[in-house]
Amino acid sequence: MNRRDFMQLTGMSAGALMLPTIPVMGRNVSPEALLENALDVAVKKRLADAALNAANAKGATYADIRIGRYLNQFVVTRENKVQNITNTESYGVGVRVIADGCWGFAAVVDAKSEAQTAKAAEEAVAIAKANAKLMKEPVQLAPQKGFGEVSWKAPIKQNAFEVPIKEKVDLLLSVNDAAMKNGANYVNSVLFQVNEQKYFASTDGSYIDQDIHRIWPIFNVTAIDPKSGKFETRQSLSAPMGMGYDYLQANPTDSIKGITTRYNTGYDMLGDAVSAARQAKEKLTAKSVVAGKYDLVLDPSHLWLTIHESVGHPLELDRVLGYEANFAGTSFATLDKWKAGDFKYGSPEVTLFADKTQVGSLGAVGWDDEGVDTQKWDLVKDGVLVNYQAIRDQVHIIGEDHSQGCCYADSWSSVQFQRMANVSLAPGKTPLSVEDMIKDVEKGIYIIGDGSFSIDQQRYNFQFGGQLYYEIKDGKIAEMLKDVSYQSNTQEFWNSCTKICDERDYRLGGSFFDGKGQPSQSSAVSHGSSTTRFDGVNVINTARKI
Amino acid sequence: MPIILTEAEAKALLQKVLKYSKADECEINLSGEQRGNIRYARNEVSTSGGITNQNLTVQSSFGKKVGTASIDEFDEASLEKVVQRAEELARLAPENPEYIGVLEPQTYVQSKGYFESTANVNPDKRADAVAKSLQQTRDKKLVGAGFLDDVHGYSAMMNSKGLFAYYPSTNVNFSLTVRTEDGQGSGYVIRGFSDFDKLNTETATQIAVQKCLGSVNARALEPGKYTVILEPTAASVLLENIFFNLDARSTDEGRSFLSKPGGKSKLGDKIVDERVTIYSDPANAELPASPWSGDGRPQAKTNWIEKGVVKNLAYSRFWAKEKGVKATPFPNNLIMAGGTSSLEDMIKSTKRGILVTKLWYIRTVDPQTLLLTGLTRDGTFFIEDGKIKYPVKNFRFNESPIIMLNNLEALGKPERTVSTESDRNYLIPPMKIREFTFTSLSDAV
Repeated sequence: MNRRDFMQLTGMSAGALMLPTIPVMGRNVSPEALLENALDVAVKKRLADAALNAANAKGATYADIRIGRYLNQFVVTRENKVQNITNTESYGVGVRVIADGCWGFAAVVDAKSEAQTAKAAEEAVAIAKANAKLMKEPVQLAPQKGFGEVSWKAPIKQNAFEVPIKEKVDLLLSVNDAAMKNGANYVNSVLFQVNEQKYFASTDGSYIDQDIHRIWPIFNVTAIDPKSGKFETRQSLSAPMGMGYDYLQANPTDSIKGITTRYNTGYDMLGDAVSAARQAKEKLTAKSVVAGKYDLVLDPSHLWLTIHESVGHPLELDRVLGYEANFAGTSFATLDKWKAGDFKYGSPEVTLFADKTQVGSLGAVGWDDEGVDTQKWDLVKDGVLVNYQAIRDQVHIIGEDHSQGCCYADSWSSVQFQRMANVSLAPGKTPLSVEDMIKDVEKGIYIIGDGSFSIDQQRYNFQFGGQLYYEIKDGKIAEMLKDVSYQSNTQEFWNSCTKICDERDYRLGGSFFDGKGQPSQSSAVSHGSSTTRFDGVNVINTARKI
Repeated sequence: MPIILTEAEAKALLQKVLKYSKADECEINLSGEQRGNIRYARNEVSTSGGITNQNLTVQSSFGKKVGTASIDEFDEASLEKVVQRAEELARLAPENPEYIGVLEPQTYVQSKGYFESTANVNPDKRADAVAKSLQQTRDKKLVGAGFLDDVHGYSAMMNSKGLFAYYPSTNVNFSLTVRTEDGQGSGYVIRGFSDFDKLNTETATQIAVQKCLGSVNARALEPGKYTVILEPTAASVLLENIFFNLDARSTDEGRSFLSKPGGKSKLGDKIVDERVTIYSDPANAELPASPWSGDGRPQAKTNWIEKGVVKNLAYSRFWAKEKGVKATPFPNNLIMAGGTSSLEDMIKSTKRGILVTKLWYIRTVDPQTLLLTGLTRDGTFFIEDGKIKYPVKNFRFNESPIIMLNNLEALGKPERTVSTESDRNYLIPPMKIREFTFTSLSDAV
């Protein structure tokens, strides 16, 4: 499922469905089916061996198989109504091979016999051989040791799929009720839960069984001024997390007080809905921003998306090399800049790192989708570009002999390729609170929550909006603003970073719907940061009349 | 059983499933597809694959209690199980006040959207089509990255009131970005067809090559308001934001660009230039589409905007009943009427302007005004005195398609194109727009 389909499914987009039917990934099943045990590991190993042997027999020099069971549950409500409860299950097998030096891939739905997985492997080899005639240079795969039979399970406290539907419906309806009682004209809310049960095996000798969980509670409140016909929205400040239902069982310490409450590893959805309704109304009469240069104070609930677009994507090696040229684009962060060893990506305050291991993050797994153990590494160190994100068939280009373990496929039916790790901004090393940061700002804007986002195909020029904007005047938060977007250039922006709050303020944001590839695939990824200050950024006013 | 069922096979399967139903009402949707693709980059095939999928979804209802279940295995036991599962879910579900019930049998227009040429594409044929493209970029020492994706399949439905519908369709999309080895030039082309035989990867590649070579040494122009000529694919990514927002309910609720103060809507109002007519027509030979919507409603030729006036909005059956109006479904295709002039004619008639090949990363900035932002990409050229003079650096724009269609100068001949944002195919003319708002420059090539 991609971002647009999700927005339509959940009523989060301003419009509604254009598609004749609701697009869902996989088939609809009963809630009980989501708790049924998947295939036994021993059965999966047999299915895997059949495919790997068949690929070898047909001449493949490498083969891997992913046996995937993907469970989703959406609870979708608006105001006092449950609009949709959808449970989906998708099960199938994807086989990837190298034959005659070329990649080939084939996927088959509902494959539960060795004959089916073997046939998929044979088809993948046939495709590889057909395409080999177009090939100039054979694939170079970095060696990877096999791990034997191993497993990894997300360290969740409560499996969201085990929570009764009624409890989830009651939560969302009480959230909606709270929003309506506090001035909302409309409210849509959704609870989105994901469980990926993935089995990976390869001719390197790995048999890896993994169980991954994600959750995303989200709402959108609309307030309307009937006289002017103006409407404003305020979306939830929640983050999608690599957690179970425990994300919704928040402790008071998970809420960060301030001009508005923000959230750490626990989310008070009800409290946020009350704030959202009041703030959506307040936005209707908020002051329209005066365009110009401002010092920006960016909350982690906002900054994650700027990190994602201006750091995560340009430092994906496949983009740098041109593999994404026809869709997502290439990158300004070219190999010569990295080789020079002194390319100033940001100010000396800025250290950005990739991490596939952080507990609770969306990208955390034990092994990636080509059997590589996951890790943490620096991309930008003290402002200087030092590394990229790369997988097995690319690392030789940056002189490495071991993949960084960031290969992913969004389904058994999709071929795995390089995807963004969690990319995060390291917190400041000296103690600094948000309040102390704001005290030094003479003319600034404090931005909370993510909004509109757009960046060019080489990741230079970007424009971002948010959910909440507050004017900062002479070290104090003044009034709420609206019609705010900032435009900048990646290198200029990160070099304008002057202060980063310390680790006490470090929080994750993220997305379920990072789109890349053709056919397009979605990946879930988190980005951590503490509140950060950027000086002299260009802010535009987005108000128009039609 | 094959994945792609004929009309008779689909009907027989649906009848068999319907016999298992014990609910008050039952509706079954059935589909199957085979998909194949080749992706290439750096003048090399990078990934490619074949995917097979089928699905059967049963919706059962007892009164206003509704349950839905799906399955992708079609053996007898699975078919019986899926019906039972939908009925169990319906018994457990809360009443859905918005459930309207299934439709009586309907009549549909004929639409030919299935072409054997596309259905018969195999890995070798796909590789041959890509080879014709790769050969050009390799020979010219340029770098090609492209994607060829073909699909053939069918959808069918049947309900307990005797409604039956079946529609087979095929499609192929081909897109290509050609870059110079030093990364200083980039050109793009995209094509979409129902009939694979209409796809000529060789001539398409020539266009991308020409744009790539012509885009080297781009000059920087000051951001500001410019006359632009948008090629059909560039126009489509802006216009589809109008299409996606033709929903009556959000308009009536006051949260659409089509809403007016006091709970009124712009239905019947002139919102754009009178030369703008946008309609849907499933039987259009160039852009055939399914003649029925997913709930069985017939798709008829419908004017959405006629001579600049909003003529129709899309309704769910529930919302139409609430409002006492005809339940016009969301369209399955969209066509914008145009003139007869070619892109070349439009360039010739332009004193000073900018030719835009492609727009990228389109996002809504303000849903109230439909203000969008995004950037030009892969071929942006300055036009003076009817000629392309030189390439220009890419711009970021902030513009509403509604404002844009009020600033219309000219429309060219509509052609089938593909949205680079949604992959949907449209029939859209190239268009000349005055005072298009570019707000900053980008260094991206």
